[in-house]
Amino acid sequence: MRRREFLTIPASALGGTLLYTLAREPFRLQAQDGNVKVPLRFFNAREARVIAAACERIFPSDATGPGAKEAGVVIYIDRQLAGPYGADKYRYTKGPFVESVPEHGYQAKENPGETYRAGIAKLGANFDELPVAEQIQKLQSMEKTHFFQLLRTHTIEGMFSDPMHGGNVGLIGWQLVGYPGPRMSYREDVDQHFGTEWRPKPASLEQIMRRPGKPWEDEKT
Amino acid sequence: MTNLKPVDVVIIGGGWTGLAMAKELVSRTSLNVLALERGAPRGLADYAMDMDELDYNIRLRMMQNIAEETVTHRHSPRDSAVPVRQYGSFHPGTGVGGAGEHWTGMCFRFLPDVFTLRSHLTEKHGAARLPADLAVRDWGVTYDELEPHYWNAERMMGVSGKAGNLRGKLIDGGNIFESPRMHEYPTPPLKHSYASHLFEEATRKLGYHPYPTPAANLSENYTNPDGVSRVACAYCGYCSRFGCMIGAKAQPTNTLMPVLHKHKSFQLRTGSWVRRIVHENGRATGVQFTDANGEEFFQPAETVILASFTLNNNRLLYLSKIGTPYDPATGKGTLGRHLTHQVEGGIRIFFDKPMNLFMGAGSLGSRISDFDGDNGLTGPDGLLRYGMLSLNGNGDLPIGAFGAIPPEASKSNWGAEWKAASLQWHDRVAQLNMYGEHMSYRQNYIDLDPTYTDKFGDSLLRFTLDWTEHEHKQRDFAYDLAAKIAPAMGAKIDSRRPSRARYNVINYQSTHIQGGVTMGTSPETSVVNRYLQHWDVPNLWVIGASSFPQTASGNPTLTVLAVTYWAADAMIDKYLKHPGRLA
Repeated sequence: MRRREFLTIPASALGGTLLYTLAREPFRLQAQDGNVKVPLRFFNAREARVIAAACERIFPSDATGPGAKEAGVVIYIDRQLAGPYGADKYRYTKGPFVESVPEHGYQAKENPGETYRAGIAKLGANFDELPVAEQIQKLQSMEKTHFFQLLRTHTIEGMFSDPMHGGNVGLIGWQLVGYPGPRMSYREDVDQHFGTEWRPKPASLEQIMRRPGKPWEDEKT
Repeated sequence: MTNLKPVDVVIIGGGWTGLAMAKELVSRTSLNVLALERGAPRGLADYAMDMDELDYNIRLRMMQNIAEETVTHRHSPRDSAVPVRQYGSFHPGTGVGGAGEHWTGMCFRFLPDVFTLRSHLTEKHGAARLPADLAVRDWGVTYDELEPHYWNAERMMGVSGKAGNLRGKLIDGGNIFESPRMHEYPTPPLKHSYASHLFEEATRKLGYHPYPTPAANLSENYTNPDGVSRVACAYCGYCSRFGCMIGAKAQPTNTLMPVLHKHKSFQLRTGSWVRRIVHENGRATGVQFTDANGEEFFQPAETVILASFTLNNNRLLYLSKIGTPYDPATGKGTLGRHLTHQVEGGIRIFFDKPMNLFMGAGSLGSRISDFDGDNGLTGPDGLLRYGMLSLNGNGDLPIGAFGAIPPEASKSNWGAEWKAASLQWHDRVAQLNMYGEHMSYRQNYIDLDPTYTDKFGDSLLRFTLDWTEHEHKQRDFAYDLAAKIAPAMGAKIDSRRPSRARYNVINYQSTHIQGGVTMGTSPETSVVNRYLQHWDVPNLWVIGASSFPQTASGNPTLTVLAVTYWAADAMIDKYLKHPGRLA
């Protein structure tokens, strides 16, 4: 059993309320210094800070609105990698592994968890402490790698997936794009509002159904 | 291996075709029928908590576990194949209802000439002007023979739409190019979204004939002839790749299972993975299956119906050594030939106003068939068949929808500039979709892979499949058509023309893999006869889109069901009375 690792983040940096993402796991809100400690499932604290910084470069928090940092994207990725997806439980992983044409997609043996570990090593253990311009440069040099493509995809997923998966904290991603979340019916609205923006207030699956969802990453592997 | 008590009929697969056959058999005969489904039981109660884009739309939680079984692919016989390691250009379903649970619900009747394509093209162009590798064939069954079965399938599901050709009379607002129908649709069309409304107006203005996409997503509450009631669609947007949480989308679990449950002569066994059809001296004696605990069983049966997805229909025949494998070098053999995958392609168009795209239903939309089949095509440019163009309003989910921007809007696909552009264009984009016929070719086929195996150690299927010049022409044609329609909708078309890329197994295309166990009028060129009875093993029937010698433009499910009812009639009215080869 590995040592319990936590990601410590200033509460003010995470968007909206913390309740959706953190209620699923025991956590301690450090009242005295305003930090939250998120228990990590896959990364250690150092790795989590590297990935959080890289996600922030992919989906930055800026004048156009909040980004990966506020949405807690790294928490999302941590849980995905610790679950069946990260261990390739649902990918065909029998050999022989041979390189093929691009039309055949990713063919290598390494699972997403292994790909991240190797990717973090390439980024460097203090990637998060580099100046922003250097971080961007480093990521640009890795754009074509499988690791970067996963990281980019996962960042978008962490921004906009249901908060039960750990990202989109406080529905901040859905608020950013005006997505109302899963709803039982648009029967009265689907053929209305033509040409005008209609943005009902977002709610999560748990809020709509009044019971917690069962995210796939919680499946025992 | 445990020997089980014999049954009259064993059905392999608990999806649309298997359960439709079961329902016909138990309601019209006194036979006892056992369906074996390798996935889990499921139904309405499972679906409300599934409204989660990540697990269902992206991680594909309803699909077959690809870790256990996949297919391999190569572009030509000169290449070596590698496994499809993650989905994928198609999404095979599993569990009770199969892919019929997570389908979109589009319900097309095929054009009459699709069923006689070889004769039709030869007559129109002359045999000498057809591509040498073209393998299309007549089906052995005609549209007129299938018409009443189409109607049964539409009534069973309550398909929503508007007729455009009612007994030869053309009706404005419906699809005037459709095959003649004897009846109006069971329920009226779905509502329009803003985008599909714009498409309809624009195409009409351009002189085309738009019509609402026929949908198995109910436009109003409906009770079918079996007395099964379902409620109207709520346009929630969680349709394709999800089970419907209110049962508005017709699925085997909400249309056929309620009837089957009432019959004591029907039994469904889940977690039962059929590994072989056992046969001797030209007769199937039953099936061998492995249950979820790894225990092996032999189930004896008088009649075996193989009614799983196209892939498994092919694979079980190969693994059971039934029939003659196709050899593309000699053109001899039948099993595995005519592999096709409906040609689809999306072309983005951009608006300067919001579309509210999160609302929708699987088959909500408007489309034109002015160039379906070979309507309006002249032939000299080499385009023999095209298909449809549509605007689908199936409900945009936020992960998949993010980042759909004009190529000029950002140099990178990450970072500040990309984020700003993605937010600027969010909900201001729609997609025009082509639905093209995929004709069959000599070189596209299915056999067993020599290297890779499934979780039991059985060989995987191998696809040898690539696009030809004809499919590239179809995509070019669709782009040129879309380039006319987009400005009429007040939108700007994506500046990237369709790439002439080879077949890829990465990007989702459709789950409309067809062929391999094709029907026909001669055992020299087909695996099953026109009633879907195996030529070599008369008490084995193979049902599904595996029987289609080429694909039509439209999605196949409705035709799959029509052909299933056609086969059920032949089995019940002819075969069971006088068991033997029917054709």
